[in-house]
Amino acid sequence: MAVIETVGQAAIDGLVYVGDLAILTGRCAHAAVTAPFQWRRLRGERIIRQAMAVGVGAIPVLSLIAFFIGEIMALQSAYELRKLGAIALVARVVAISITRELGPLITAIVVIGRSGSAFAAEIGSMKVNSELDALETMALDPVEFLVAPKLMAAVVMLPCLTIWADFLGVLGGATFGVAAAGFTLGTYLHATLESLAYRDIVTGLIKSVVFGVVITAVGSQEGLSTGLGAEQVGRSTTSAVVKSIFLVVAVDLVFTSFFYFAAPR
Amino acid sequence: MQERNEPERKTGGQVAIGVRNVRMSYGEFEVLHDITFDVKAGETMVILGGSGSGKTTLLRALMGLEKPVSGAILVRGHDLCCVPPKEMAELRKKFGVSFQDGALFGSMTIGENVALPVREHTRLDDSTIKVLVRLKLEEVGLSGFEDYYPAQLSGGMKKRAAVARALTLDPEILFFDEPSAGLDPIVAAGIDELILKLKRAFGMTIVVVTHELASAFRIADRMIVMDRGKIIAIGTPEEMKASRHPRVRQFFDRVPDQEVSGDDGLLERLTRNLRI
Repeated sequence: MAVIETVGQAAIDGLVYVGDLAILTGRCAHAAVTAPFQWRRLRGERIIRQAMAVGVGAIPVLSLIAFFIGEIMALQSAYELRKLGAIALVARVVAISITRELGPLITAIVVIGRSGSAFAAEIGSMKVNSELDALETMALDPVEFLVAPKLMAAVVMLPCLTIWADFLGVLGGATFGVAAAGFTLGTYLHATLESLAYRDIVTGLIKSVVFGVVITAVGSQEGLSTGLGAEQVGRSTTSAVVKSIFLVVAVDLVFTSFFYFAAPR
Repeated sequence: MQERNEPERKTGGQVAIGVRNVRMSYGEFEVLHDITFDVKAGETMVILGGSGSGKTTLLRALMGLEKPVSGAILVRGHDLCCVPPKEMAELRKKFGVSFQDGALFGSMTIGENVALPVREHTRLDDSTIKVLVRLKLEEVGLSGFEDYYPAQLSGGMKKRAAVARALTLDPEILFFDEPSAGLDPIVAAGIDELILKLKRAFGMTIVVVTHELASAFRIADRMIVMDRGKIIAIGTPEEMKASRHPRVRQFFDRVPDQEVSGDDGLLERLTRNLRI
């Protein structure tokens, strides 16, 4: 009985948490829709600042990781493809696995590490310093003021970063293709474009938008629910990263199976 | 009751904040028991009390940051517990708050901190805001510090900056949480002078929570002494000095709590508040 109780309680807690995330996202969406009709001068500036931090700041490390992953994918698949005498298919394997799955996922994980954790730490330490109370007493809603700009920045920047990661992943595969599979850069890129359908890229981008929502909501929720004391900020940051990674993978599974069953190729 | 009504007749001013039978609790634990008092428009009300007396909780309730379990807090005829968000925002624009550690936004300069409420709530252009920020900083004796970050300022300067930020929207009610805590006596006296100056210059209603006796007697028109979640005395500083209430005397004369002597006393203390 105790086991069932524990599992049941955990399931309820999980659902409550997801509900909280949905409420937070809903409040942000509401703020995003109403903001243009109010006089909110700093909003645009804050969104751009967040977009720089989430997007532009992630480019160097994301580029390297995506490039390496593309190359690794090419190397790993080449083992099997060589046995079948189909090494020329390496471009196809890399292109599809990167655009549909690895590009969005790597991007999400890099953004979780850089920005999801930073959201939790920033909002958490503001809470500890009573800066969130200060915002409220100035009649500024912390969700509208702090979380909404982050959400908007993430929702725009994640797909952009994903496109960039897709591109660099393909380039990474191309280094192997040119060095060991008899391609030139031109033929490799041509083979890549041939093998990709429009929907491969679009489904990846749709997922990346959802990842952006999940990362911001979890990071901000953890920050807002920080307890008192500096130690709690560290705890929120850790749990923001762990929960975001889990939720991103879970959401990924849901969307991938949806695309597979509901809209087969 | 009598003690409460008397000063009302004397000053006869309008009520800025009315607190009616307020109870507040954290979980099962009730921290404020049936608190009732008025803060008159234009007066400086000091809420005195030791740590754990409930004074900070009371202040948070007055600012609308926490909701009472029962009772009402009336500001301009609205009960803070049930004001719709839009009107709450309007009320809050009339509040200025200086938090204990300043609560300045660490990612913004002092100038940006002070400018934030005006930037968000008004349509003034940038140069007007710049002048306004200089004016507010001048008022608190911090002119020329616009471009410093809060981390670069000393404790006293941070408090002054927080006061400047609280003043930007020309509030009607100004709240101070422990204005002189953690400051050396000279700097603390400076903050007291600042509060008095603001009162003289703008005639604002000021509510100060503190445990510093010297500062309380310097700035108060009236004061409340709180003990274990209750108001044990309310009145002018002179009335307070004359008070014969044992806990009030103990607080003013800085007498520590008595050590419990004997087994019965110890047993009584250990089992107090237990529901058996």
